[in-house]
Amino acid sequence: MSYAVSLTGGGGFSRLMARLGWAVGGIAILTVLWLLAGYWLSINPTTVTFSKFGLIPTLEAFPELWGAGKIQNASAASGYRLGSGLLIAIAIGVPIGVLMGRIKWFNNYTNSPFQFLRMISPLSWMPLAVLVFATWNGSIIFLIAIASVWPVMFATAAGLAKVDPNWFKVARNLGAKPWHMLTKMIMPAIMFDVLSGIRLALGVAWIVLVPAEYLGVTSGLGYAIEDARETLSYNHLTALVVTIGIIGYFLDSTLVVLIKRYSWHRGGV
Amino acid sequence: MAIRGTEIKIQGLTHRYTPRSPVTFNRVDLESPPGEALAIIGRSGCGKSTLLHILAGLLRPTEGKVLLDGKSVEAPSPRWVMMFQAPHLFPWMTVSQNVGVGLSFGRWSKQETEERVTEAINLVELQDFSKSNVQDLSGGQQQRVALARSLVMEPELLLLDEPFSALDAFTRASLQKDVRSIAKRKGFNIVFVTHDIDEAVIMGDRAVIMAGSPGNIVHELDIDLPDPRERTDPAVQALRTRLMSTFQEAANYKPATAVAGAGR
Repeated sequence: MSYAVSLTGGGGFSRLMARLGWAVGGIAILTVLWLLAGYWLSINPTTVTFSKFGLIPTLEAFPELWGAGKIQNASAASGYRLGSGLLIAIAIGVPIGVLMGRIKWFNNYTNSPFQFLRMISPLSWMPLAVLVFATWNGSIIFLIAIASVWPVMFATAAGLAKVDPNWFKVARNLGAKPWHMLTKMIMPAIMFDVLSGIRLALGVAWIVLVPAEYLGVTSGLGYAIEDARETLSYNHLTALVVTIGIIGYFLDSTLVVLIKRYSWHRGGV
Repeated sequence: MAIRGTEIKIQGLTHRYTPRSPVTFNRVDLESPPGEALAIIGRSGCGKSTLLHILAGLLRPTEGKVLLDGKSVEAPSPRWVMMFQAPHLFPWMTVSQNVGVGLSFGRWSKQETEERVTEAINLVELQDFSKSNVQDLSGGQQQRVALARSLVMEPELLLLDEPFSALDAFTRASLQKDVRSIAKRKGFNIVFVTHDIDEAVIMGDRAVIMAGSPGNIVHELDIDLPDPRERTDPAVQALRTRLMSTFQEAANYKPATAVAGAGR
């Protein structure tokens, strides 16, 4: 009779170690390719000026950038914009998604306009954002928000549409008030979908953030890259690009962990 | 603790889903004393499930009323709880969280909740599974969780809409006996809808037969048998035969008078 309990555990650690092994192996191959490419740049007279894009100079750039506080400051500025934009997107996207999933006529009316707005490249709002918002920070946060609101909204609506209406009937029958429906039924039922939407949104937002920071602002990872390009410090440039990759990978992994934690669906993410 | 059941009075109950749709049932009168286990038998489509939904306050009747202890049923309440064909458990909660969910909608202290949940889980004999994921349980175990989730509210009336029809015969038989014995021990009323004559004989104190379209109660039969009831007992089998023949008579029932404007 205890087999039912043991199904949930079992082999977790060895599976984790195997996955870690694959990850380390994959990154090792990528690093070797990079090393070879850097070597090739440095032996070729026409490309020797670009040899600083190679692995070794880039690794040397990290302590310099860290020591000058550049990585920390740029990451903090970018992180603030990303976080604010995402929070706004969640605060708007989740409630509207709930309305879309719960109220038929609201969904009918809003579906086409939202699908249309969704297909507009977030960066094309840039000129408008600059006019509307007094600060560059405000514009960038707006761009992040408008890029990430759609995945959150549509994922929430789709999640709610899949929810079994009988759960609401049972809950009502047991004395649930509308507030309970939201906090104890709807939210836990769709948490998986909302977090999956946030994960998609994070990917888009992280992509939009860097080009948005090429313009106007004097802080953030995008600005730091632009600055490195202008001062021809290519190894700094590459180090910052790698930093963007590392932070993005870390944020995405965090969301994967959250999705697993809040998922009640069987069969993994 | 013993619960007093409730006195059910159904007076002139008429229902149609929309003004244009046919009358589901017409002027149904039915009474059930506190603590009774009442079976409503009938073919699919005679309105028995609709009647149960009205009793639970999940549907409003077109005319007539349902009185429980003299008070009209207007809305769902944890005092009269319904169990459905499927368990409809909440997959993001453990067994004990599912059982306690109704209490979490009210003002119950953590300790009271824990005590009641433990008692309900013990009643349905799922002690070993209280921390399990409900998705790991068998169909019968899941329906037991649903039963405990209803029992934890200590309802005066438990309504069952063919709750065991999706289960295998052995699981069904054991749950039927369990529900009856728990209801009798606790003292609450049960009203259950079924198309299974055996279920009516094993679980009920009385059976009413609904038939016709629009439906109405055409027969009733006391099921005066001692507990515990065994299918193999000749007295149980004799009653089963009687109920079966009554049911077949009722199947030929045609409503004497058509309802004006019934829209058929």
